[in-house]
Amino acid sequence: MTTGSLTGTTALAKLALRRDRIMLPVWIYVVVIGVSANAYAFVKLYTTASSRAALVASARGNPALLFLYGRLNGTSAGALAAWRYGVWGALFAALMSVFIVIRHSRADEEAGRLELIGSARVGRQAPLVSAIGVAALANVVIAAVLCVVLPLLGLPAAGSAALSLAIGTCGLAFTGIAAVTAQLASGARAARGLAFGVLGVAFLARAVGDSGGAGGQAWLTWVLPLGWTEEIRPFAGERWWVLALPLALCAAGVGLAFALAAHRDYGAGLLPDRPGRPFASGLLRGPFSLAWRLQWGTLAGWAAGYAILFAVCGAAGKGIGQLVGSSGALEKEFTRLGGQAAIVNAYLASLMLLAGLGAAGYAVSATLRLRAEETEGRADPVLAGAVGRVRWGLSHVVVAVAGTALLLAIAGVTAGLGYGLRAGGTGRWVSHMLGAGLAELPAALVIAGVAIAVFGLLPQVSAAVSWTAVGLAVALNIFGQVIQLSHWVLDISPFTHVPRLPGGTVSASPLVWLSALAVVLGGTGLAALRRRDIGSALSGFPALPSPAFPVAGGAKIPSSARRERYVETRTGPRTALKLSVLLLVHPVLLRHDTPMWPFW
Amino acid sequence: MANAIEANGLRKRFGRATALDGLDLTVRDGEVHAFLGPNGAGKTTTIRILLGLLRRDGGEVSLLGGDPWRDATTLHSRLAYVPGDVTLWPGLTGGEIIDLLARLRGRRGGTHDPKRRQELIERFDLDPSKKARAYSKGNRQKVALIAALASDAELLILDEPTSGLDPLMEATFRECVNAERREGRTVLLSSHILAEAEALADRVTIIRAGRTVETGTLADMRHLTRTSVDAELGRPITLDGLPGVHDAAVEPSGDGFRLRCEVDNAALNDVLSRLSAAGVRTLICRPPTLEELFLRHYSERTVATVQ
Repeated sequence: MTTGSLTGTTALAKLALRRDRIMLPVWIYVVVIGVSANAYAFVKLYTTASSRAALVASARGNPALLFLYGRLNGTSAGALAAWRYGVWGALFAALMSVFIVIRHSRADEEAGRLELIGSARVGRQAPLVSAIGVAALANVVIAAVLCVVLPLLGLPAAGSAALSLAIGTCGLAFTGIAAVTAQLASGARAARGLAFGVLGVAFLARAVGDSGGAGGQAWLTWVLPLGWTEEIRPFAGERWWVLALPLALCAAGVGLAFALAAHRDYGAGLLPDRPGRPFASGLLRGPFSLAWRLQWGTLAGWAAGYAILFAVCGAAGKGIGQLVGSSGALEKEFTRLGGQAAIVNAYLASLMLLAGLGAAGYAVSATLRLRAEETEGRADPVLAGAVGRVRWGLSHVVVAVAGTALLLAIAGVTAGLGYGLRAGGTGRWVSHMLGAGLAELPAALVIAGVAIAVFGLLPQVSAAVSWTAVGLAVALNIFGQVIQLSHWVLDISPFTHVPRLPGGTVSASPLVWLSALAVVLGGTGLAALRRRDIGSALSGFPALPSPAFPVAGGAKIPSSARRERYVETRTGPRTALKLSVLLLVHPVLLRHDTPMWPFW
Repeated sequence: MANAIEANGLRKRFGRATALDGLDLTVRDGEVHAFLGPNGAGKTTTIRILLGLLRRDGGEVSLLGGDPWRDATTLHSRLAYVPGDVTLWPGLTGGEIIDLLARLRGRRGGTHDPKRRQELIERFDLDPSKKARAYSKGNRQKVALIAALASDAELLILDEPTSGLDPLMEATFRECVNAERREGRTVLLSSHILAEAEALADRVTIIRAGRTVETGTLADMRHLTRTSVDAELGRPITLDGLPGVHDAAVEPSGDGFRLRCEVDNAALNDVLSRLSAAGVRTLICRPPTLEELFLRHYSERTVATVQ
């Protein structure tokens, strides 16, 4: 590294902090509130040693829970909190670090912003250093805040420090890993994918190591950073030296990243971009196959995530009765949440509600692909072909609808398999749960219908409105019942009208009218799409000097290029939405009798 | 002769802003028609109306004998379009996109003539196996151009097709457009570069602020093909009375004189011989840019017609 290669680092870091002034506090808030709310819940809910011992005993006998959360190192409230949210807090810190590092190094490079900056008085290494610096700062803040908050909740100081540092250093380790993948990959997406791949492997390694029991591969928790947060053993005989592992990985990653950065060209990765087909295969023949080609990767990711998540959560349902029974307050809440007598049924029905809400999120993101194609100018070449508006619109809508149905079927089948394999009666449970999952489909499609309708009628606000619809459904159905909103308010969400299965009574009429509503909304949107302008906004078009009032000499010729293309700023409404959901969730999280388990 | 495109009094507003204010455009079958105007004049808006992507607020328009809004889908199988700002699907390769665009135009199960496709890829020096995210602006433009040129469309609508191409590729592009003309295809070529229109077009339409200010052959618009002359001379000179000289102005500059004028190309030889007689110290001759033309030529006239 030559002198001067760091010039401008501070300025770039300030710029990064300015650009992330909302998302950075939100990330920190999410990690801090997740960990501390859980710690608070355990302190308040499990007050006696015997209730904690009962919980630990039943959790230790449940490999699915060990897979999901980690190993139980002790029976104190702190150890329970560290078990429940230590690995997940570290996972969120790692996600945050990857996003920050890639966003301010590789994504900027790809977008050409660094080219502009690089031509100014900015050193070669400055962008990477500032990206790493911002991520490191965020992790330090998380660790510091947790260090203060956890003891205030009544947990021992040493354990609190160990848990906070375990989470913060895991974020630092992934800062180093992301810095390396940013150099290796050919673009921001690939760099993010590589880093998330490492994170996924880390999670699976420790999950397998934790759930294997005595005869299992316990050494796997030692392989990658997420397992290290458990090996530090917060609140259960802290092993401080383990903290050196993530710190060493961070240092090694950062060092390697700089060595690699010195050997690659601007805009190029060390791993070559594989050449693709020089001809289109016969499968890529029209708008529908194009939409499928553009969306299948995302859907495959969702499907894999759904399969693993609901298989594990379904399996965790065995023994849920004992687990919940160990806290009287929880038992009461749980019964109320599901609305049915049997705790297992209530638990599985809640899982399906979660699956439905998640699928609604998928449906909206798949539908909004239309808007992205439009604003980014990729709808033009399709619509300039012999492709009608409705056919183009349907091409993505079909993927969204089929994908949503697929996700719900996967959720039902895997949850049924997971539960059935452990509790017996696999075949019966699979078919029951498949039905329960698909019962959520009409409600999820109503939300998708809202997205299609807004896309057709008010395209400029389609992202904001449809994500708000998802957020509202989540807020009402997960937290609304807990804080006992009036039924009139709860009825706004389509998911309120879905029969709670398994266990509830099935009635076809809400499913029929929800489906009809979804079809009407979707049809309205597609009809409106036929009538509106494509690619341009109805507002936000800068005024052209009118020829009726020429400036003296007529010299004012508008010269700014491409004013016809309106690109919406999508970060604004989305960030606002996330913030509002968080604010809504915030008081709920802090209520001590709220069953954050198993949702948070 | 039939007209491929016929627009009369086309109007389009975006909110309070007027993008098109009574635009006329006539493109005859089989001609290369240049559609000129400074940035923001309404060229892209017009093209998007012709493609049925925008709905006109007023005026008449026909495209290949049909209504571009109502008959969009059927008309589109007879035309090919190259957008001004080409964005492609980042995960698809250039070759896949070229084939996809052909299939989207409705060639059932078919692709372009493979020989023609291959020839164009070689002429434009494009690597079709690269993913679109790795292409520069020029290469993205090449993908769209190859897809359009390799098609058998009757009408090519090209929106500033050379803005990202280097001079070598620009020359290739001109050869290709000339070849299209020989095959009898109609080309609408929007541009803000006058030289491009001079090199390619049979007829030209010039627009400004959403209105047509001039249309005709380039021969009709000899005043557009004047050369701007800017010279420093040792002795004073008068060019008064010489045919083909416009806006001549001589002023003392240092120990010599500075002459600025516009000269019809036919009179250039006479003017240059007079200049050399007056002792040329420096001489700059260049064609006027479109912006200059607008400033010098159309601004007064627009004011006059409005008043």
